[in-house]
Amino acid sequence: MADTTNSPASAGRRFDEATQTETVGHEWDGIEELNTPLPRWWLWTFYACIVFALGYTVVYPAWPGIHSATQGVFGWTSRGQLASELDAQAATRAKAVAGLADLPIEQLPQHPELMRAAVAGGAAAFKVNCVQCHGSGAAGSKGYPNLNDDDWLWGGDLKTIETTLIHGVRQPGDDMTRQSMMPNFGTDGLLDAGQISAVASYVLSLSGKEKPSAMTQAGAKVFAENCAVCHGDTAKGNRELGAPNLTDAIWLDGGAKADLVAQITHPHHGVMPAWGTRLDPVTIKMLAAYVHSLGGGEEFQAPAVATGAAPAEAATQAVE
Amino acid sequence: MNRPEPITPQGEPPVSLYARHEPVFNRRIDGKFRRIKWAIMVVCLAIYWFTPWIRWNRGPYAPDQAVLIDLAHRRFYMFGIEIWPQEFYFVAGLLIMAGIGLFLVTSAVGRAWCGYACPQTVWTDLFQHVDRLIDGDRNARFRLYKAPWGPAKIARRVLKWAIYLAISFATGGAWIFYFADAPTLQSQFWHGTAPMVAYGTVFVLTLTTFVLGGFMREQVCIYMCPWPRIQTAMLDEKSLIVTYKDWRGEKRGSLKKAQKNPGEYGDCIDCNQCVAVCPTGIDIREGPQIGCITCGLCIDACDRVMAETGRPRGLIDYATLDDAENEKKGNPPTRHLKLIWRPRTLVYFAVWAGIGFALLFMLGTRTHTGLSVAKDRNPPYILMSDGSVRNGYALRLHNMQNRPRAMELAIEGLPGAVMWTEDMGRAQAARVLTRTVAADATQGVRVYVVAPADSHGQAFAFTLTARGDARESDTAKTQFDAPGDE
Ligand code: SF4
Ligand code: SF4
Repeated sequence: MADTTNSPASAGRRFDEATQTETVGHEWDGIEELNTPLPRWWLWTFYACIVFALGYTVVYPAWPGIHSATQGVFGWTSRGQLASELDAQAATRAKAVAGLADLPIEQLPQHPELMRAAVAGGAAAFKVNCVQCHGSGAAGSKGYPNLNDDDWLWGGDLKTIETTLIHGVRQPGDDMTRQSMMPNFGTDGLLDAGQISAVASYVLSLSGKEKPSAMTQAGAKVFAENCAVCHGDTAKGNRELGAPNLTDAIWLDGGAKADLVAQITHPHHGVMPAWGTRLDPVTIKMLAAYVHSLGGGEEFQAPAVATGAAPAEAATQAVE
Repeated sequence: MNRPEPITPQGEPPVSLYARHEPVFNRRIDGKFRRIKWAIMVVCLAIYWFTPWIRWNRGPYAPDQAVLIDLAHRRFYMFGIEIWPQEFYFVAGLLIMAGIGLFLVTSAVGRAWCGYACPQTVWTDLFQHVDRLIDGDRNARFRLYKAPWGPAKIARRVLKWAIYLAISFATGGAWIFYFADAPTLQSQFWHGTAPMVAYGTVFVLTLTTFVLGGFMREQVCIYMCPWPRIQTAMLDEKSLIVTYKDWRGEKRGSLKKAQKNPGEYGDCIDCNQCVAVCPTGIDIREGPQIGCITCGLCIDACDRVMAETGRPRGLIDYATLDDAENEKKGNPPTRHLKLIWRPRTLVYFAVWAGIGFALLFMLGTRTHTGLSVAKDRNPPYILMSDGSVRNGYALRLHNMQNRPRAMELAIEGLPGAVMWTEDMGRAQAARVLTRTVAADATQGVRVYVVAPADSHGQAFAFTLTARGDARESDTAKTQFDAPGDE
């Protein structure tokens, strides 16, 4: 303020010549600031916002205290909002959930509507509970079964899948858990290295991965004496025992000779939780429906007693 | 508007950039252009109000409303044509044609759109007739405007605004019938069961019609609408504009003066009739201006005056700038039909017609069958126990006809491959499957394709063909993945 004569006190109101607008009364190197009033509409909007803001802090939680904040007269909380949104979500699913709860899973295919709901719900539950081992596409990996294919250790119809889910695999304390115990042929000294190599070659020859030779002939003998009891004379496995089919293209623990030798020497025994103790029955039904829908699901087999001659499903489609 | 007036030391307010709205009290006039305006107004309003009520039989599977923009189901119906969202380019094409059509009309006959067909003009005209009906013609309205508020004035204003509101409500109300079945929506509307968006739309459109047609009127044309600005760039010396032929009219003077001094005055007797009838309240004698919507009413007014004073018509007339030059030199006027035959209009017409023919051609050759495919990527392939390889695909079959149709889905390429869907077993797998798709609907279906052991990854395609009509077919290319190809 070099020029004191321009100060408001000494000179009164000053007006800019070009625009005839009052100045604020300060001057810097000849530059002055115009005191242009705010537009009326702007001011009224501004006052309205203040009033609104005050009201807002009354009806919603706002003012902080020492230990907590004011509650607001609407009683709104973010937790409460979440709860009501979850309730609304549950309500939209309630009908399907109630329907599934009452329905034995064998009858699910007769209710396409429920089936669709179950598959959708199962897909969601799968992403939470199953992807850690089976992968997000349910394609599994070495040691973890691929659920998309048509090869089932314990059976691939809805009921069997549900049973497997409820009781898990190799779960101590569950009588009905899926339990298959291949001996440690190598580490327990049941077979020597030569025998193991021979039987591995024989098994590979069954699916055409190795040509018949003296080695495979020797392996055939070892197989008949040690392995056929579970895997069957034709090596097609046995779903009752969870013994895999050794003649197909699918190898849970790898299909190279070294993989087979390792598996015979000291088998890898996979586990799966008994989901019956962790998830509710409806979610398990949904999961079974989803897994069944992935393209390898099997039809129900007619009960053996009723028809007398049920086809031996285990013989055609099993296992590794 | 509300900006406070700056305080000035001298006490004289600075020049303000804000022009107050001067109300327009245009006089009733009859004549050639007024009649054209009447006809166009009747046609436009009739089209607007009655179109949604025209019925059009499309069979049992589609709505029977001739023109329907079915936003809820994403279909656009226009008489025999039905458009799906992915065919929206037809609508885009129509809009482009409308745009180029405006250019074409402008280059041939100037602002004819503004003067006759623009909704703002049509509704303003309608509201001005209401003014005349309730308050009387120009002078009566002016007097009423100046009169102090009293019971009589209030009664008239309330009556007039009530009529405004009724027209506005009818205008806003008609709009929603283009978007749903009109009879159903109408009954829902009165019973209070129509969707909220319908009431909201009617409310907003009623309000805008009331304000824009009842009060803002020519202000919209002069200050809000972009079209006059575009026009100023589009008009050239060969475009028709409403012209006061000053070389003939000046110097203006009353009949009396002209009689006293023969030869000194032009044809304009300065009666101000052209100003009195103008719906935007301008004086065309000041030359071409943005406020002139070229409605031609001043031509009607002036022609009448010329007839009464025994002078040739057309002191104010449609003319081009070239005409003006020409006539000033004393040459005879050019025929206006000729104006159309010049490169500019012909190019516009060619583009406009070209787009039109292209749309018609596409309309004629489009199929009503569509297929799209999305391949499963996680996992890309599945090895089956017999060594064969399976891939999964999400297909969507489109039946864009108004009847259910049986369609054949086939694999093209990929030797030895067969497919099945999630709702059948692998046992029934085949290279060709038949599905029935509901009328005017799409069907999503998951398809598993299995190829023999040691197939390699390769491209192939699905084809979808309506049974019994080989032309109704679509192909979707995709990929088959197999182990060892990654
Ligand atoms: S100026 Fe705009 S609003 Fe007015 S008549 Fe022309 S196009 Fe319509
Ligand atoms: S000047 Fe004439 S043509 Fe232009 S808007 Fe007014 S009456 Fe219509």
